[in-house]
Amino acid sequence: MLIKTTTHSSCKEHQITDEKVYFERRDMLKKMGFFGAGALLSGTAGASVFDIFSDDQPTAIFKQNALKYSPAGDYNGTLTPEAKVVSHNNFYEFGAQKHQPAELSQGFKVNPWQLKISGEVENPLTLDHDDLYSSFDLEERIYRLRCVEAWSMVVPWIGFSLADLVKKAKPTSKAKYLAFETLHDPQQMPGQRSRRLGGGIDYPYLEGLRIDEAMNPLALMSVGLYGKTLPPQNGAPIRLVVPWKYGFKSIKSVVGIKFVEKQPPTTWNILAANEYGFYANVNPAVDHPRWSQASERRITTGGIFAQNRIATLPFNGYGEEVAGLYSGMNLRKYY
Amino acid sequence: MALTVSAQRIPYLKALVHLAALYPLINLYYTAIDDRLGADPVEAVIHFTGIGALNLLLISLLISPAAKFFKMGFLIQFRRIIGLYAFTYAVCHLLNFLSFEVQFDLQLFVDEIFERPYITVGMTAFLFLLALAVTSTAKVRRKMKRKWQTLHNFSYLIGLLVVIHFYWSVKSEIIEPLIYIAIYALLMALRHQKLRGWVKKIRSQ
Repeated sequence: MLIKTTTHSSCKEHQITDEKVYFERRDMLKKMGFFGAGALLSGTAGASVFDIFSDDQPTAIFKQNALKYSPAGDYNGTLTPEAKVVSHNNFYEFGAQKHQPAELSQGFKVNPWQLKISGEVENPLTLDHDDLYSSFDLEERIYRLRCVEAWSMVVPWIGFSLADLVKKAKPTSKAKYLAFETLHDPQQMPGQRSRRLGGGIDYPYLEGLRIDEAMNPLALMSVGLYGKTLPPQNGAPIRLVVPWKYGFKSIKSVVGIKFVEKQPPTTWNILAANEYGFYANVNPAVDHPRWSQASERRITTGGIFAQNRIATLPFNGYGEEVAGLYSGMNLRKYY
Repeated sequence: MALTVSAQRIPYLKALVHLAALYPLINLYYTAIDDRLGADPVEAVIHFTGIGALNLLLISLLISPAAKFFKMGFLIQFRRIIGLYAFTYAVCHLLNFLSFEVQFDLQLFVDEIFERPYITVGMTAFLFLLALAVTSTAKVRRKMKRKWQTLHNFSYLIGLLVVIHFYWSVKSEIIEPLIYIAIYALLMALRHQKLRGWVKKIRSQ
């Protein structure tokens, strides 16, 4: 169990990358992209050959605000440095390559924002931008994040329990599932305008949870990380974090949560049902058809020699808290 | 249009090819070791060397049609060096996967090669490429006589396997691999007479 209540000291100074250094890195990547394409040798590290035709200059750096929250306790592992958490993102709305969301999202506007809670509830409600930060007590939680692509991070999120939101909405007896939806705004989200940039998926991005999963204390609605409000590439202003499931379940920039009776459609499942299930619980015993899920590379500090391959744990190590939700279910069938 | 380049200039042009092929590779590993290659340098070096190998392979396949069409016979002298750099990038690609992705877990490495079709296809392409690389010297070429050309025609198959490997490896972003497939198809179309000839020969047998 990673939720601890002692003082906030988990984030040691040496683990945090200075902002200046971070942007120098971005600059370096761009230059490499230029030389790579210039030499007709490659789409690089970051940039593909075709990127020289696109304008990927950030218009301005998105402003993150400090948050008031109760800090998590000591964490005995190594956190993924903030600079990596905010520069390595799968958020296809801002480009399908991992470096793109950080570059293409800096002009994203999160205020005004409306998160609508609707459907089978007695108390439908709408949270405006300020409500996201003031309606619930915010706490820090250090969670492991396991991507379906077999890499992982450890992130100090800030947010509130999804269960608190569910209770506030008062679901009716018909509410069996929650259907989440990301903002659909092609003006602001270049990946929704261009199929190439957006990785060929249909928008808006949809996700879902069973209501008992949503009520599990681990399920978090996150509004921040590393002490500040979320940057756009990590799903500003509000996102879901379900640490026992593959990362794609943790939908970003949420505008709608609808309580429904039937299992809702979810984006990756629609795209490739044989590869991505509705449940998507982290499970080392069930491989992705095209790669092994038995182990993962933990992204922390250090260069290419410092990437550590570690065994993947069932439910991403949160089995004690969540395995009960699935007792009696065949997790090979419901992957 | 015919362009000739005097024999004395060829070594300088070759030096340029060496530089253009090696500089990005050295720069890549330098930045990767120094942790300046984004959050996941492992993915970055794997993609860079993979795409680099494919680009070089396609350039090597472009050389003979270009030499013929533009009457620039000297270009043929660059085919081997570019092919060998495609091989070099492919070696790096494979070593990146072995050392940084699976981190010398040989069991996992072997399992992945046989269990994941896209890796099986990539590995097959690599083995053919290895065969072409070791038979690329003038000495071996003379020894092999006509068999040499037969063997090196496998570069067309390698190209096909590599674009399939790329297409198969992505999650949903298929446009870039599709562009590569189109380029490959174009390069094959430029050889339609040769390819048709083979088909006839096989049929008549």
